[in-house]
Amino acid sequence: MTLSKIWVYAEATDGNVSNTTLELLTKARELAGTVEAVFGGDGASVAATLGEYGATTVHATGDLGGVLAGVPVAAAIAAAVAGGAAPDAILFGTSYDGRDVAGRLSVALDRTVITNNVDLEEDGGALVCTEPVFGGATLVKTKFTGAGPNLVLVRPKSFSAEPSGGAPAAIEALAVPDTGAAGAARVTNRFVEERSGPSLDDAAIVVAGGRGLGESDKFELVEDLAKLLGAAPGASRAIVDAGWVPYSYQVGQTGKVVKPTVYIAAGISGATQHMVGMKGSKNIIAVNKDSEAPIFGVADLGIVGDVHKVLPALIEALKSRS
Amino acid sequence: MNIVVCAKQIPDPAEPGALDPQTKTLKRDGKLILDESDMYGVEMALQLAEAAGGGEVTLVSMAPDNKVDGLRSGLAMGAAKAVLVSDPALAGTDALGTAKVLAAAIGKVDGAQLVLTATESSDGYTGTVPEQIAAILGMPSITFAKSIEVRDGTVYVKRQTDAGYDEVECPLPCVVSVTAGVVEPRYPSFKGIMAAKSKPLDQLTLADTGVDAGSVGWGGGGQEIVGIEDAPAREAGEIFEDDGSGVDKIVAYLENLKIV
Repeated sequence: MTLSKIWVYAEATDGNVSNTTLELLTKARELAGTVEAVFGGDGASVAATLGEYGATTVHATGDLGGVLAGVPVAAAIAAAVAGGAAPDAILFGTSYDGRDVAGRLSVALDRTVITNNVDLEEDGGALVCTEPVFGGATLVKTKFTGAGPNLVLVRPKSFSAEPSGGAPAAIEALAVPDTGAAGAARVTNRFVEERSGPSLDDAAIVVAGGRGLGESDKFELVEDLAKLLGAAPGASRAIVDAGWVPYSYQVGQTGKVVKPTVYIAAGISGATQHMVGMKGSKNIIAVNKDSEAPIFGVADLGIVGDVHKVLPALIEALKSRS
Repeated sequence: MNIVVCAKQIPDPAEPGALDPQTKTLKRDGKLILDESDMYGVEMALQLAEAAGGGEVTLVSMAPDNKVDGLRSGLAMGAAKAVLVSDPALAGTDALGTAKVLAAAIGKVDGAQLVLTATESSDGYTGTVPEQIAAILGMPSITFAKSIEVRDGTVYVKRQTDAGYDEVECPLPCVVSVTAGVVEPRYPSFKGIMAAKSKPLDQLTLADTGVDAGSVGWGGGGQEIVGIEDAPAREAGEIFEDDGSGVDKIVAYLENLKIV
Protein backbone atom coordinates (compact mmCIF):
# COMPACT_ATOMS: atom_id res chain seq x y z
CA MET A 1 0.00 0.00 0.00
CA THR A 2 1.26 3.43 -0.80
CA LEU A 3 0.07 6.95 -0.27
CA SER A 4 -1.76 8.49 -3.17
CA LYS A 5 0.03 11.82 -3.56
CA ILE A 6 2.99 13.60 -1.95
CA TRP A 7 4.14 17.17 -2.51
CA VAL A 8 7.77 18.11 -1.97
CA TYR A 9 8.68 21.72 -1.15
CA ALA A 10 11.43 22.45 -3.68
CA GLU A 11 14.28 24.88 -3.03
CA ALA A 12 16.79 26.22 -5.53
CA THR A 13 19.54 28.82 -5.79
CA ASP A 14 19.86 30.44 -9.22
CA GLY A 15 18.03 27.53 -10.82
CA ASN A 16 20.16 24.88 -9.06
CA VAL A 17 17.78 22.63 -7.18
CA SER A 18 19.05 21.77 -3.67
CA ASN A 19 20.31 18.27 -2.95
CA THR A 20 17.81 17.95 -0.12
CA THR A 21 14.96 18.55 -2.57
CA LEU A 22 16.25 15.75 -4.82
CA GLU A 23 16.61 13.42 -1.81
CA LEU A 24 13.01 14.10 -0.80
CA LEU A 25 11.69 13.54 -4.33
CA THR A 26 13.54 10.20 -4.47
CA LYS A 27 12.02 9.03 -1.16
CA ALA A 28 8.57 10.35 -2.10
CA ARG A 29 8.55 8.12 -5.23
CA GLU A 30 8.87 5.10 -2.96
CA LEU A 31 6.03 6.25 -0.69
CA ALA A 32 3.39 7.57 -3.07
CA GLY A 33 1.85 6.91 -6.47
CA THR A 34 2.09 10.56 -7.52
CA VAL A 35 4.90 12.96 -6.62
CA GLU A 36 4.61 16.68 -7.29
CA ALA A 37 6.71 19.69 -6.28
CA VAL A 38 5.80 23.08 -4.86
CA PHE A 39 8.16 25.95 -5.64
CA GLY A 40 8.29 29.57 -4.51
CA GLY A 41 9.68 30.98 -7.72
CA ASP A 42 9.75 30.62 -11.49
CA GLY A 43 8.74 27.03 -12.34
CA ALA A 44 10.51 27.02 -15.71
CA SER A 45 13.91 27.34 -14.00
CA VAL A 46 13.51 24.05 -12.11
CA ALA A 47 10.96 21.95 -14.05
CA ALA A 48 13.56 19.83 -15.89
CA THR A 49 15.52 18.83 -12.78
CA LEU A 50 12.41 18.21 -10.67
CA GLY A 51 11.01 16.02 -13.46
CA GLU A 52 14.26 14.10 -13.75
CA TYR A 53 13.85 13.14 -10.07
CA GLY A 54 10.24 12.11 -10.37
CA ALA A 55 7.98 15.16 -9.98
CA THR A 56 5.29 15.08 -12.64
CA THR A 57 4.09 18.61 -11.87
CA VAL A 58 5.61 21.67 -10.25
CA HIS A 59 3.16 24.06 -8.62
CA ALA A 60 5.05 27.34 -8.86
CA THR A 61 4.20 30.76 -7.43
CA GLY A 62 6.36 32.73 -9.85
CA ASP A 63 8.96 35.23 -8.64
CA LEU A 64 8.32 36.31 -5.04
CA GLY A 65 9.99 39.70 -5.50
CA GLY A 66 12.35 39.27 -2.54
CA VAL A 67 9.62 38.50 -0.01
CA LEU A 68 10.78 35.77 2.42
CA ALA A 69 9.24 32.48 1.26
CA GLY A 70 7.42 31.47 4.47
CA VAL A 71 4.35 33.68 4.25
CA PRO A 72 3.52 33.71 0.52
CA VAL A 73 4.31 30.04 -0.18
CA ALA A 74 2.36 28.81 2.86
CA ALA A 75 -0.60 31.02 1.94
CA ALA A 76 -0.52 29.70 -1.62
CA ILE A 77 -0.37 26.06 -0.52
CA ALA A 78 -3.16 26.61 2.03
CA ALA A 79 -5.36 28.14 -0.68
CA ALA A 80 -4.66 25.20 -3.01
CA VAL A 81 -5.49 22.72 -0.24
CA ALA A 82 -8.73 24.59 0.53
CA GLY A 83 -9.51 24.38 -3.19
CA GLY A 84 -9.38 20.58 -3.06
CA ALA A 85 -5.83 19.90 -4.22
CA ALA A 86 -4.74 18.33 -0.93
CA PRO A 87 -1.94 15.74 -1.12
CA ASP A 88 -1.58 13.12 1.64
CA ALA A 89 1.67 14.67 2.80
CA ILE A 90 3.97 17.61 2.14
CA LEU A 91 7.70 17.06 2.72
CA PHE A 92 10.07 19.92 3.56
CA GLY A 93 13.84 19.89 4.00
CA THR A 94 15.11 21.22 7.33
CA SER A 95 16.42 24.48 5.87
CA TYR A 96 15.91 28.15 6.65
CA ASP A 97 12.98 28.54 4.28
CA GLY A 98 11.70 24.97 4.67
CA ARG A 99 11.07 25.50 8.37
CA ASP A 100 9.42 28.88 7.73
CA VAL A 101 7.00 27.53 5.14
CA ALA A 102 6.17 24.42 7.20
CA GLY A 103 5.59 26.49 10.35
CA ARG A 104 3.35 29.03 8.61
CA LEU A 105 1.43 26.29 6.84
CA SER A 106 0.84 24.35 10.05
CA VAL A 107 -1.03 27.35 11.44
CA ALA A 108 -2.95 28.00 8.23
CA LEU A 109 -4.08 24.35 8.06
CA ASP A 110 -4.13 23.79 11.85
CA ARG A 111 -1.97 20.67 11.43
CA THR A 112 0.97 19.48 13.48
CA VAL A 113 4.45 19.36 11.91
CA ILE A 114 6.70 16.41 12.71
CA THR A 115 10.28 17.68 12.63
CA ASN A 116 13.91 16.54 12.39
CA ASN A 117 13.15 13.27 10.68
CA VAL A 118 15.77 11.00 9.15
CA ASP A 119 13.46 8.32 7.81
CA LEU A 120 9.88 7.94 6.58
CA GLU A 121 7.75 4.86 6.04
CA GLU A 122 4.18 4.08 5.28
CA ASP A 123 2.20 1.86 7.66
CA GLY A 124 -1.39 0.94 6.90
CA GLY A 125 -1.93 4.10 4.88
CA ALA A 126 -0.42 6.35 7.58
CA LEU A 127 2.94 8.08 7.44
CA VAL A 128 5.45 7.12 10.17
CA CYS A 129 8.44 9.40 10.80
CA THR A 130 11.74 8.56 12.51
CA GLU A 131 13.49 11.23 14.55
CA PRO A 132 16.86 10.77 16.30
CA VAL A 133 17.13 12.07 19.88
CA PHE A 134 19.99 12.26 22.39
CA GLY A 135 22.55 12.87 19.65
CA GLY A 136 21.24 10.02 17.55
CA ALA A 137 21.56 7.32 20.23
CA THR A 138 17.80 6.76 20.29
CA LEU A 139 15.29 6.75 17.44
CA VAL A 140 11.69 7.84 18.04
CA LYS A 141 8.98 6.80 15.59
CA THR A 142 5.91 8.98 15.34
CA LYS A 143 2.77 8.31 13.35
CA PHE A 144 0.33 10.91 12.07
CA THR A 145 -3.16 10.27 13.42
CA GLY A 146 -4.97 13.44 12.28
CA ALA A 147 -6.35 14.50 8.92
CA GLY A 148 -3.96 15.26 6.06
CA PRO A 149 -2.05 16.78 4.54
CA ASN A 150 0.67 15.55 6.93
CA LEU A 151 3.45 18.10 7.30
CA VAL A 152 6.93 16.63 7.61
CA LEU A 153 10.35 18.26 8.04
CA VAL A 154 13.23 15.99 7.02
CA ARG A 155 16.91 16.48 7.79
CA PRO A 156 19.32 16.87 4.84
CA LYS A 157 21.20 13.75 3.65
CA SER A 158 18.60 11.39 5.11
CA PHE A 159 18.14 9.69 1.73
CA SER A 160 20.25 9.32 -1.38
CA ALA A 161 19.12 11.20 -4.48
CA GLU A 162 18.49 8.94 -7.49
CA PRO A 163 17.11 10.25 -10.79
CA SER A 164 14.04 8.54 -12.19
CA GLY A 165 14.72 9.83 -15.68
CA GLY A 166 11.31 11.46 -15.84
CA ALA A 167 10.28 14.13 -18.34
CA PRO A 168 10.32 17.79 -17.27
CA ALA A 169 7.61 18.50 -14.72
CA ALA A 170 4.48 20.23 -16.01
CA ILE A 171 4.27 23.76 -14.64
CA GLU A 172 1.07 24.74 -12.85
CA ALA A 173 0.57 28.27 -11.53
CA LEU A 174 0.15 28.40 -7.75
CA ALA A 175 -1.67 31.63 -6.93
CA VAL A 176 -0.44 33.62 -3.93
CA PRO A 177 -3.33 35.28 -2.09
CA ASP A 178 -2.97 38.76 -0.57
CA THR A 179 -1.00 38.26 2.64
CA GLY A 180 -1.30 41.82 3.98
CA ALA A 181 1.16 43.01 6.65
CA ALA A 182 2.32 39.45 7.39
CA GLY A 183 4.06 39.28 4.02
CA ALA A 184 6.11 42.45 4.54
CA ALA A 185 9.55 40.95 5.30
CA ARG A 186 11.67 41.53 2.22
CA VAL A 187 15.26 40.76 1.21
CA THR A 188 17.08 43.91 0.08
CA ASN A 189 20.58 42.50 -0.45
CA ARG A 190 22.32 39.13 -0.58
CA PHE A 191 25.89 38.52 0.59
CA VAL A 192 28.07 35.50 -0.07
CA GLU A 193 30.72 34.76 2.56
CA GLU A 194 33.90 33.53 0.93
CA ARG A 195 35.17 30.27 2.33
CA SER A 196 38.13 28.18 1.32
CA GLY A 197 38.08 24.66 -0.13
CA PRO A 198 35.15 22.43 -1.03
CA SER A 199 31.75 22.96 0.60
CA LEU A 200 30.75 21.02 3.70
CA ASP A 201 27.83 19.59 1.76
CA ASP A 202 29.91 17.89 -0.89
CA ALA A 203 33.34 17.26 0.64
CA ALA A 204 34.60 13.68 0.88
CA ILE A 205 36.74 14.71 3.84
CA VAL A 206 35.83 17.14 6.63
CA VAL A 207 38.26 18.48 9.22
CA ALA A 208 36.41 20.14 12.10
CA GLY A 209 37.69 22.03 15.11
CA GLY A 210 36.20 22.73 18.52
CA ARG A 211 36.76 24.43 21.82
CA GLY A 212 39.77 22.19 22.51
CA LEU A 213 41.76 24.33 20.04
CA GLY A 214 41.91 26.85 22.88
CA GLU A 215 41.86 30.12 20.94
CA SER A 216 40.54 31.40 17.64
CA ASP A 217 44.01 31.72 15.99
CA LYS A 218 44.46 27.98 16.32
CA PHE A 219 41.63 27.33 13.86
CA GLU A 220 44.39 27.86 11.27
CA LEU A 221 45.58 24.35 12.12
CA VAL A 222 42.20 23.01 11.02
CA GLU A 223 42.29 25.05 7.82
CA ASP A 224 45.88 24.04 7.01
CA LEU A 225 45.10 20.35 7.50
CA ALA A 226 41.90 20.67 5.47
CA LYS A 227 43.81 22.29 2.62
CA LEU A 228 46.40 19.50 2.55
CA LEU A 229 43.69 16.84 2.41
CA GLY A 230 41.41 18.69 -0.02
CA ALA A 231 38.87 18.71 2.81
CA ALA A 232 36.20 21.16 3.93
CA PRO A 233 36.89 22.88 7.25
CA GLY A 234 34.08 22.68 9.80
CA ALA A 235 33.41 23.69 13.38
CA SER A 236 31.46 22.83 16.50
CA ARG A 237 28.74 25.14 17.73
CA ALA A 238 30.88 26.24 20.70
CA ILE A 239 33.46 28.03 18.55
CA VAL A 240 30.85 29.42 16.15
CA ASP A 241 28.98 30.95 19.11
CA ALA A 242 32.32 32.28 20.36
CA GLY A 243 32.75 34.06 17.02
CA TRP A 244 35.92 32.23 15.88
CA VAL A 245 34.39 31.19 12.55
CA PRO A 246 31.17 32.04 10.68
CA TYR A 247 27.99 30.04 11.18
CA SER A 248 28.38 28.53 7.71
CA TYR A 249 31.17 26.32 9.16
CA GLN A 250 28.93 24.79 11.81
CA VAL A 251 28.37 21.04 11.79
CA GLY A 252 25.55 19.73 13.95
CA GLN A 253 21.94 19.98 14.92
CA THR A 254 21.71 23.65 14.06
CA GLY A 255 24.32 23.66 11.32
CA LYS A 256 25.15 21.29 8.48
CA VAL A 257 24.63 17.57 8.41
CA VAL A 258 27.70 15.96 6.83
CA LYS A 259 28.33 12.37 5.79
CA PRO A 260 31.85 12.38 4.35
CA THR A 261 34.13 9.38 3.86
CA VAL A 262 36.39 10.72 6.60
CA TYR A 263 35.53 13.12 9.43
CA ILE A 264 38.41 14.39 11.54
CA ALA A 265 37.28 15.96 14.84
CA ALA A 266 40.00 18.06 16.45
CA GLY A 267 39.40 19.29 19.98
CA ILE A 268 35.70 18.48 19.77
CA SER A 269 34.19 16.80 22.83
CA GLY A 270 31.13 15.50 20.98
CA ALA A 271 28.13 17.31 22.44
CA THR A 272 24.76 15.86 21.41
CA GLN A 273 24.29 18.97 19.29
CA HIS A 274 27.38 18.14 17.23
CA MET A 275 27.02 14.37 16.97
CA VAL A 276 23.66 14.60 15.19
CA GLY A 277 25.42 16.37 12.35
CA MET A 278 28.39 14.04 11.81
CA LYS A 279 27.54 10.59 13.18
CA GLY A 280 26.69 9.34 9.70
CA SER A 281 30.29 9.81 8.49
CA LYS A 282 31.87 6.61 7.16
CA ASN A 283 35.11 6.95 9.11
CA ILE A 284 35.58 9.14 12.16
CA ILE A 285 38.98 10.15 13.53
CA ALA A 286 38.97 12.05 16.83
CA VAL A 287 41.76 13.87 18.63
CA ASN A 288 40.93 15.12 22.12
CA LYS A 289 42.85 15.28 25.35
CA ASP A 290 39.93 14.12 27.48
CA SER A 291 39.72 10.33 27.26
CA GLU A 292 36.13 10.52 28.59
CA ALA A 293 34.96 12.79 25.74
CA PRO A 294 31.78 11.38 24.09
CA ILE A 295 33.36 11.80 20.64
CA PHE A 296 35.47 8.69 21.34
CA GLY A 297 32.24 6.70 21.58
CA VAL A 298 31.72 7.12 17.82
CA ALA A 299 35.36 7.33 16.68
CA ASP A 300 36.86 4.59 14.53
CA LEU A 301 40.30 5.92 15.43
CA GLY A 302 40.68 7.95 18.60
CA ILE A 303 43.85 9.68 19.74
CA VAL A 304 43.77 10.82 23.37
CA GLY A 305 46.22 13.67 23.06
CA ASP A 306 46.85 17.37 22.66
CA VAL A 307 45.56 18.81 19.36
CA HIS A 308 48.29 21.45 19.56
CA LYS A 309 50.87 18.68 19.20
CA VAL A 310 49.03 16.17 17.04
CA LEU A 311 47.72 18.57 14.37
CA PRO A 312 51.04 20.35 13.64
CA ALA A 313 52.81 16.98 13.51
CA LEU A 314 50.15 15.60 11.17
CA ILE A 315 50.45 18.66 8.93
CA GLU A 316 54.24 18.21 8.80
CA ALA A 317 53.92 14.49 8.09
CA LEU A 318 51.51 15.11 5.19
CA LYS A 319 53.64 17.94 3.78
CA SER A 320 56.73 15.75 3.78
CA ARG A 321 54.89 13.18 1.67
CA SER A 322 53.71 15.56 -1.03
CA MET B 1 9.85 50.09 22.48
CA ASN B 2 8.29 47.14 24.32
CA ILE B 3 9.80 43.79 23.44
CA VAL B 4 8.66 40.26 24.28
CA VAL B 5 11.22 37.46 24.50
CA CYS B 6 10.08 33.83 24.40
CA ALA B 7 12.11 32.03 27.04
CA LYS B 8 12.09 28.26 27.37
CA GLN B 9 12.98 26.56 30.62
CA ILE B 10 14.61 23.21 29.91
CA PRO B 11 16.30 20.34 31.77
CA ASP B 12 20.01 21.12 32.22
CA PRO B 13 21.67 19.92 28.97
CA ALA B 14 24.76 19.00 31.03
CA GLU B 15 22.72 16.23 32.70
CA PRO B 16 21.96 13.10 30.68
CA GLY B 17 18.46 13.33 29.20
CA ALA B 18 15.91 10.54 29.53
CA LEU B 19 12.58 9.63 28.01
CA ASP B 20 9.63 9.02 30.29
CA PRO B 21 8.71 5.36 29.62
CA GLN B 22 5.02 6.14 30.13
CA THR B 23 4.65 9.20 27.93
CA LYS B 24 7.64 8.53 25.62
CA THR B 25 8.62 12.19 25.78
CA LEU B 26 11.55 14.01 27.39
CA LYS B 27 11.46 14.00 31.19
CA ARG B 28 11.06 17.52 32.49
CA ASP B 29 10.34 16.83 36.16
CA GLY B 30 13.70 17.97 37.56
CA LYS B 31 15.09 21.46 37.87
CA LEU B 32 14.63 23.58 34.75
CA ILE B 33 17.06 26.28 33.65
CA LEU B 34 16.82 29.06 31.07
CA ASP B 35 17.72 27.61 27.66
CA GLU B 36 21.12 29.07 26.73
CA SER B 37 19.73 29.75 23.24
CA ASP B 38 17.23 32.18 24.79
CA MET B 39 19.89 34.20 26.63
CA TYR B 40 20.85 35.71 23.27
CA GLY B 41 17.27 36.90 22.74
CA VAL B 42 17.11 38.40 26.25
CA GLU B 43 20.41 40.22 25.74
CA MET B 44 19.41 41.43 22.26
CA ALA B 45 16.09 42.72 23.63
CA LEU B 46 17.80 44.60 26.47
CA GLN B 47 20.21 46.23 24.00
CA LEU B 48 17.45 47.14 21.52
CA ALA B 49 15.24 48.63 24.26
CA GLU B 50 18.16 50.71 25.45
CA ALA B 51 19.02 51.84 21.92
CA ALA B 52 15.38 52.84 21.42
CA GLY B 53 15.59 55.05 24.49
CA GLY B 54 13.51 52.85 26.74
CA GLY B 55 10.75 50.29 26.83
CA GLU B 56 10.04 47.13 28.75
CA VAL B 57 11.37 43.66 28.06
CA THR B 58 8.85 40.96 29.01
CA LEU B 59 9.64 37.24 29.13
CA VAL B 60 6.97 34.76 28.06
CA SER B 61 7.25 31.07 28.85
CA MET B 62 5.32 27.81 29.04
CA ALA B 63 6.59 25.21 31.51
CA PRO B 64 5.34 22.35 33.68
CA ASP B 65 4.76 22.61 37.44
CA ASN B 66 4.89 26.42 37.64
CA LYS B 67 8.69 26.30 37.29
CA VAL B 68 10.19 29.80 37.39
CA ASP B 69 13.94 29.35 37.99
CA GLY B 70 14.82 29.94 34.35
CA LEU B 71 12.60 33.02 34.17
CA ARG B 72 14.30 34.43 37.29
CA SER B 73 17.62 34.12 35.40
CA GLY B 74 16.21 36.24 32.57
CA LEU B 75 14.80 38.76 35.00
CA ALA B 76 18.20 38.91 36.72
CA MET B 77 19.76 39.82 33.36
CA GLY B 78 17.44 42.83 33.25
CA ALA B 79 14.03 41.89 31.85
CA ALA B 80 11.24 43.87 33.56
CA LYS B 81 8.63 41.15 34.04
CA ALA B 82 7.58 37.67 33.02
CA VAL B 83 4.47 35.73 32.08
CA LEU B 84 4.39 31.98 32.69
CA VAL B 85 1.70 29.65 31.42
CA SER B 86 1.62 26.41 33.37
CA ASP B 87 -1.15 23.84 33.43
CA PRO B 88 -1.25 20.05 33.80
CA ALA B 89 -3.42 19.96 30.65
CA LEU B 90 -0.43 21.23 28.62
CA ALA B 91 1.71 18.11 29.13
CA GLY B 92 2.47 16.53 25.76
CA THR B 93 1.60 19.64 23.73
CA ASP B 94 3.21 19.77 20.26
CA ALA B 95 4.98 22.76 18.71
CA LEU B 96 1.79 24.17 17.18
CA GLY B 97 -0.11 23.96 20.49
CA THR B 98 2.87 25.57 22.25
CA ALA B 99 2.83 28.41 19.72
CA LYS B 100 -0.90 28.92 20.33
CA VAL B 101 -0.33 29.22 24.08
CA LEU B 102 2.69 31.53 23.72
CA ALA B 103 0.91 33.72 21.15
CA ALA B 104 -2.04 34.09 23.54
CA ALA B 105 0.32 35.07 26.36
CA ILE B 106 2.15 37.56 24.10
CA GLY B 107 -1.25 39.06 23.25
CA LYS B 108 -1.64 39.97 26.92
CA VAL B 109 1.54 42.08 26.93
CA ASP B 110 0.77 45.75 26.28
CA GLY B 111 2.12 47.27 23.08
CA ALA B 112 4.68 44.60 22.16
CA GLN B 113 6.32 45.83 18.94
CA LEU B 114 8.94 43.13 18.61
CA VAL B 115 8.86 39.46 19.61
CA LEU B 116 12.25 37.75 19.88
CA THR B 117 12.83 33.99 20.06
CA ALA B 118 15.71 31.59 19.63
CA THR B 119 15.84 29.73 16.31
CA GLU B 120 15.07 26.50 18.17
CA SER B 121 15.17 25.18 21.72
CA SER B 122 18.08 23.06 22.91
CA ASP B 123 15.86 20.19 24.07
CA GLY B 124 13.00 19.78 21.57
CA TYR B 125 14.62 21.67 18.65
CA THR B 126 11.62 21.61 16.31
CA GLY B 127 12.53 25.12 15.09
CA THR B 128 8.99 25.85 13.94
CA VAL B 129 7.57 27.72 16.96
CA PRO B 130 8.83 31.24 16.00
CA GLU B 131 7.13 31.09 12.60
CA GLN B 132 4.00 29.53 14.10
CA ILE B 133 3.74 32.30 16.72
CA ALA B 134 4.07 34.93 13.98
CA ALA B 135 1.40 33.23 11.88
CA ILE B 136 -1.03 33.07 14.81
CA LEU B 137 -0.42 36.73 15.66
CA GLY B 138 -0.76 37.66 11.97
CA MET B 139 2.69 39.24 12.06
CA PRO B 140 5.56 39.08 9.59
CA SER B 141 8.67 37.24 10.73
CA ILE B 142 12.37 37.07 10.03
CA THR B 143 14.08 33.87 11.17
CA PHE B 144 17.78 33.18 11.76
CA ALA B 145 18.87 36.75 12.53
CA LYS B 146 22.60 37.21 13.11
CA SER B 147 22.18 40.94 13.76
CA ILE B 148 19.20 43.22 14.41
CA GLU B 149 18.74 46.99 14.27
CA VAL B 150 15.54 48.98 14.65
CA ARG B 151 15.17 52.43 13.05
CA ASP B 152 11.97 54.46 12.61
CA GLY B 153 9.59 51.57 13.08
CA THR B 154 11.43 49.19 10.74
CA VAL B 155 13.56 46.24 11.77
CA TYR B 156 16.75 45.55 9.76
CA VAL B 157 18.14 42.04 10.03
CA LYS B 158 21.09 40.13 8.65
CA ARG B 159 19.53 36.72 8.07
CA GLN B 160 21.74 33.63 7.95
CA THR B 161 21.73 31.76 4.61
CA ASP B 162 23.64 28.75 3.30
CA ALA B 163 26.00 30.96 1.34
CA GLY B 164 26.34 33.89 3.75
CA TYR B 165 23.55 36.23 4.76
CA ASP B 166 20.67 38.28 3.38
CA GLU B 167 19.80 41.79 4.47
CA VAL B 168 16.09 41.72 5.27
CA GLU B 169 13.85 44.56 6.39
CA CYS B 170 10.34 44.62 7.75
CA PRO B 171 8.03 47.15 9.41
CA LEU B 172 7.15 46.52 13.07
CA PRO B 173 5.43 44.72 14.68
CA CYS B 174 7.46 41.64 13.76
CA VAL B 175 8.71 38.32 15.14
CA VAL B 176 12.46 37.75 14.84
CA SER B 177 14.34 34.56 15.74
CA VAL B 178 17.98 35.06 16.69
CA THR B 179 20.92 32.70 16.18
CA ALA B 180 23.25 31.89 19.05
CA GLY B 181 26.14 34.32 19.08
CA VAL B 182 24.10 37.30 17.82
CA VAL B 183 25.25 39.15 20.97
CA GLU B 184 27.24 38.21 24.06
CA PRO B 185 24.75 37.57 26.89
CA ARG B 186 25.61 39.45 30.08
CA TYR B 187 26.11 37.73 33.40
CA PRO B 188 23.50 38.80 35.92
CA SER B 189 24.94 41.07 38.61
CA PHE B 190 24.34 40.37 42.30
CA LYS B 191 22.04 43.38 42.32
CA GLY B 192 20.19 41.98 39.32
CA ILE B 193 19.73 38.61 40.97
CA MET B 194 18.33 40.24 44.12
CA ALA B 195 16.04 42.54 42.10
CA ALA B 196 14.72 39.60 40.04
CA LYS B 197 13.16 38.08 43.14
CA SER B 198 10.64 40.90 43.41
CA LYS B 199 9.94 41.54 39.71
CA PRO B 200 6.36 40.85 38.52
CA LEU B 201 5.82 37.27 37.35
CA ASP B 202 2.28 36.56 36.15
CA GLN B 203 1.17 32.95 36.23
CA LEU B 204 -1.57 31.91 33.83
CA THR B 205 -3.50 28.67 33.42
CA LEU B 206 -4.62 27.28 30.07
CA ALA B 207 -8.10 28.70 30.70
CA ASP B 208 -6.57 32.17 31.25
CA THR B 209 -5.03 32.07 27.76
CA GLY B 210 -8.32 31.22 26.06
CA VAL B 211 -6.64 28.53 23.93
CA ASP B 212 -8.96 25.59 23.13
CA ALA B 213 -8.06 22.64 25.37
CA GLY B 214 -8.66 20.31 22.42
CA SER B 215 -5.68 21.72 20.51
CA VAL B 216 -3.08 21.11 23.26
CA GLY B 217 -1.94 18.21 25.42
CA TRP B 218 -1.47 14.60 24.36
CA GLY B 219 -4.53 14.52 22.12
CA GLY B 220 -3.99 17.91 20.50
CA GLY B 221 -1.17 17.11 18.12
CA GLY B 222 -2.65 14.59 15.70
CA GLN B 223 0.37 12.34 16.24
CA GLU B 224 1.26 9.30 18.27
CA ILE B 225 4.65 7.89 19.24
CA VAL B 226 4.60 4.29 18.04
CA GLY B 227 8.14 3.17 18.78
CA ILE B 228 11.39 3.98 20.54
CA GLU B 229 14.51 2.06 19.68
CA ASP B 230 18.25 2.30 20.13
CA ALA B 231 20.01 3.49 17.01
CA PRO B 232 22.33 0.88 15.48
CA ALA B 233 25.59 1.33 17.38
CA ARG B 234 28.78 2.09 15.48
CA GLU B 235 31.35 -0.64 15.70
CA ALA B 236 33.74 0.21 18.53
CA GLY B 237 36.85 1.94 17.28
CA GLU B 238 40.44 1.86 18.46
CA ILE B 239 41.40 4.48 21.00
CA PHE B 240 45.05 5.21 21.74
CA GLU B 241 46.74 7.32 24.38
CA ASP B 242 49.08 9.62 22.40
CA ASP B 243 52.69 8.70 23.17
CA GLY B 244 53.99 10.58 20.14
CA SER B 245 52.89 7.89 17.68
CA GLY B 246 49.35 9.24 17.31
CA VAL B 247 50.29 10.97 14.08
CA ASP B 248 51.61 7.74 12.56
CA LYS B 249 48.36 6.00 13.44
CA ILE B 250 46.33 8.71 11.72
CA VAL B 251 48.55 8.63 8.63
CA ALA B 252 48.33 4.82 8.48
CA TYR B 253 44.55 5.01 8.82
CA LEU B 254 44.33 7.53 5.94
CA GLU B 255 46.72 5.42 3.85
CA ASN B 256 44.52 2.40 4.38
CA LEU B 257 41.59 4.41 2.96
CA LYS B 258 43.86 5.46 0.06
CA ILE B 259 43.37 9.11 0.97
CA VAL B 260 47.09 9.79 1.22
